[in-house]
Amino acid sequence: MSNLNTEMIEKYRNNFLKEVTANVEEGEWVKMCMQCGVCSGSCPFGPHWDHPPQELFMMIRAGKREEVLTSSSMWMCTSCYNCIVRCPRGLPITHIMHGLAHYADRLGMAPKEQPTMKFAHKFWDNIVKNGRVNELKLSLGVYFMNGIAEGIKTSLKMQAVGLGMYKAKRLNPMEFFGGHTVKDKSGMQAIIEKAKEIEEAKIKKFEG
Amino acid sequence: MAKKEYSFYPGCSSQKGASAANYMVSVDAMCEELDVQLNEIPDWNCCAASIGYAGGGELPRLAMSARNLALSEQANPGQDVVATCAACWLATKETQERLHEDDGLMEETNQALSAAGLNVKADQNVRHMVEVLIEDFGYDELGKHVKRPLEGIKIAGYVGCQTNRPFGIDGESYENPKYLDKLVETMGAEPIESYEKKVQCCGGALAFSEQDKSHELIKGIIEAAYDGGADMIVTPCPLCQANVELYQDHINAKYNTKFKMPVVYYSTLMSVAYGKDAKQAGLNGQIIKAKQLEEIAGK
Repeated sequence: MSNLNTEMIEKYRNNFLKEVTANVEEGEWVKMCMQCGVCSGSCPFGPHWDHPPQELFMMIRAGKREEVLTSSSMWMCTSCYNCIVRCPRGLPITHIMHGLAHYADRLGMAPKEQPTMKFAHKFWDNIVKNGRVNELKLSLGVYFMNGIAEGIKTSLKMQAVGLGMYKAKRLNPMEFFGGHTVKDKSGMQAIIEKAKEIEEAKIKKFEG
Repeated sequence: MAKKEYSFYPGCSSQKGASAANYMVSVDAMCEELDVQLNEIPDWNCCAASIGYAGGGELPRLAMSARNLALSEQANPGQDVVATCAACWLATKETQERLHEDDGLMEETNQALSAAGLNVKADQNVRHMVEVLIEDFGYDELGKHVKRPLEGIKIAGYVGCQTNRPFGIDGESYENPKYLDKLVETMGAEPIESYEKKVQCCGGALAFSEQDKSHELIKGIIEAAYDGGADMIVTPCPLCQANVELYQDHINAKYNTKFKMPVVYYSTLMSVAYGKDAKQAGLNGQIIKAKQLEEIAGK
């Protein structure tokens, strides 16, 4: 169990709703859900959630901390914003799902092999490094994220797609050796570091 | 009409050799015809897209977009920020709105930006290119520039998610926005009014991590275009374009379908209708060739 996780359990005792309100992006909205289920019915990945958003909201209020944070559900969010525009109570559901996923991950509670979590981390590391997406390295990184054997299999499957993109000048093999970047990399990274620092300090601050 | 200028945020996928490089080519051609000058934000960075949430968290993500806004304020003061990518537009506009809704967030963001000697006010409008077309020009004006109407082509307007939700375009409904259909009509082509999957999600970034689940959605999007009698699909979003065009062979192999549906940008259609040649319209960037457009562009 991560230190931060132990710390948060002690801090918020059994009040998981309070913990979510304080630490999850837009978490203060969770208490507003009226359990109508429109979000669950509107989600393009709906059938693939163990617990759709409406259920997660109720579970948070019921204090089911472990079940919520270890769930793969919120990692099914495709960021389509259907739930947001349809929610009669105006909950920013997409952001709450992102926030829950991020928080679970921060505490070390997210399912270890969750593919979207692995991809999302690769994406973030990719952009922080150079300030702009290196599409080639990102794609290759994703193909190989489950090991060499599966990586080779996926790369072969994607070969025709890659070749088509190369011919259409929409993929540049030279990206492997560098690629697009921002000029002021150190400035951009300093901003991100500072932002992280501020956010971490906020979570550590006791608000119980 | 006098020249119009905007502070431009092209985004990662629009760069040379990137997956939507052809989008940028056609946007340039379209803007040339409309006398629009795009002043690129110097040294802009990635917006972190939606999928940046896992590694990024709230403030680091907002700070990335805030850096772009701050650079825009320095270099292109007073100009609306315009993005062509749906995700870039969403992330930047959301940042702009949230900084104003929450004073604490504004303060923290500026604290982070000060690490690189920057400061943000976030007081410009953040707009998608299609908003510029519809609001600053209007369909009538856009139609006046048509030199080669796209006669006889049936086009399914695939709006997708992030140019439609949560902000919407021109006050249109989230469930059945009409702007792409109107643009198609303005260019002389025939919109598929009954296109059922107009605002369906393509899986977005999860097309990388959850391929099978996403391919099922993409299959529906293409199938509905065929059902409506479409010759091609048009979209305003680089990720929609890529997801719907690139995986058709995989989907054919899996579902025993015979899809070969071209997927183009609104700016591709407009460039061709405005008399640009195939290269200027970015048609060589099509992996599934849009032959009818090539024919018109070759005339």
